[in-house]
Amino acid sequence: MSASPSPYLPILFAVVAGLLVVGGATAASFLLGPKKPNDAKLDVYECGVPVVGTARQRLSVKFYLTAILFILFDIETVFLYLWASAFDFLGWFGVVEVGLFASTLLLGYVYILKRGALTWD
Amino acid sequence: MLNPMLFDLIAMVLKVAVALLIALQVAPIMVWVERRQAAMIQRRVGPNRVGLFGFRMFGLGQPLADTIKLIFKEDFVPKQANKVFYVMAPMITGLAGLVAIVGLPLGSYVEVFGTRVNLQPVELNAGFLYLFAVSALGVYGAALAGWSSNNKYALLGGLRASAQMVSYEIAMGMSLLPIVIIFGTLNMQDIIAAQSGHLLFGFLPAWGVFYAPVSMCIFVVCMFAETNRLPFDLAEGEAELVAGFLTEYGSMRWSLFFLGEYAMMTTLSGLAVCLFFGGYEIPWLPQTRILELLTGAGLGRELALWVMFPLGLGVLLGKIAVFMFLFVQARFTLPRFRYDQLMDLGWKIMFPFALANLVVSAVWAAIAKFGLP
Repeated sequence: MSASPSPYLPILFAVVAGLLVVGGATAASFLLGPKKPNDAKLDVYECGVPVVGTARQRLSVKFYLTAILFILFDIETVFLYLWASAFDFLGWFGVVEVGLFASTLLLGYVYILKRGALTWD
Repeated sequence: MLNPMLFDLIAMVLKVAVALLIALQVAPIMVWVERRQAAMIQRRVGPNRVGLFGFRMFGLGQPLADTIKLIFKEDFVPKQANKVFYVMAPMITGLAGLVAIVGLPLGSYVEVFGTRVNLQPVELNAGFLYLFAVSALGVYGAALAGWSSNNKYALLGGLRASAQMVSYEIAMGMSLLPIVIIFGTLNMQDIIAAQSGHLLFGFLPAWGVFYAPVSMCIFVVCMFAETNRLPFDLAEGEAELVAGFLTEYGSMRWSLFFLGEYAMMTTLSGLAVCLFFGGYEIPWLPQTRILELLTGAGLGRELALWVMFPLGLGVLLGKIAVFMFLFVQARFTLPRFRYDQLMDLGWKIMFPFALANLVVSAVWAAIAKFGLP
């Protein structure tokens, strides 16, 4: 193998090419489509009835809780990936340590389950 | 012989271009497949009229006609929308889909001027974690589209979509840990190679699915939820939310969401194929064996590798097509979940199952690899 430029370079290239595609598609329909705006067309479509109020309202706290819990458990998964890729190297020591780590988080999971943070109604 | 730096650059550009072309072709073809397959399930005819140059070709010209129609549709921004995010959202989803697919290995390798070229456009040592990282970016598109439209239905759809995607992401990430433990690597090429060398019990191909069947089931279910496909498409549940976060979108912006969705389906199917079903390898006939056969038949080594590249790509795409068939079949067979059922499934069933699967696999693998403690 010759010295490769950087393993991240293809990603940059893919991003640039992808931007050209999505930007080109957006621009094509912007340039080629007709332009006949009217009030009814530019209005928000909520089943065709006149719009009441705005969409900038307060949301259910459930979505926020879900996002926070996701971050918690996703970081757990990230740590587990580190251990999994070093599995052969760490041996039984790693298995036990991760078992302790995961069971601590499992306690937290049981707690949020009992408190009803995951209950949707 | 070219300058090695230039050679690498050209190889990189070609590999990425092939991957992106595949991703871009999937959306139009799948639109047609989806409509025809739906028609078959519902005993209708489906789109069979539009052809090219006077030939009907089972309506294969339909996606082309659809694209032209979409380009010439009026492209407007609703007056209460947040213009910047409204324009950005479909581009993010489309871009995430296109950029994710370059992480898939398209074949093992070819040799040009005696230099070995790995046929995986992006070869990071983080392996398939790259696919996870990029495919998760699609959530931003859904959330931003829902919020920026300034439409209550769109907002709810976007929120639901993002909550659903993040919920299933945990189980998805955990379901693949046993694969990493069993094969001892994150590199997709190595995982595919490990699946092709030998047979299990003398007759089964050594696919990941036979080592970790529970992982495969969890991953496939999460794959449906990640891509917002039925039975998990609550984000755009038309019976309750008009069209969810797509409500205010039209013309090419709308189709960019679908470009992203289909590209993501392809990428995740490709990931499942590579980790659980041997990737580009033909079962019972590993590529090393094909290489021996071809060189034995008098083909040069370089030429033989070039013959194997399209062969392997065809096998990979064929396996992905099976998954795509499953996606469409599920869409027109299963009813939609209710939102609380969906979240319960993600958090209360998939997550504990994935964790239990991980624990059992880890202990099993530890006993197999290091002996009893």
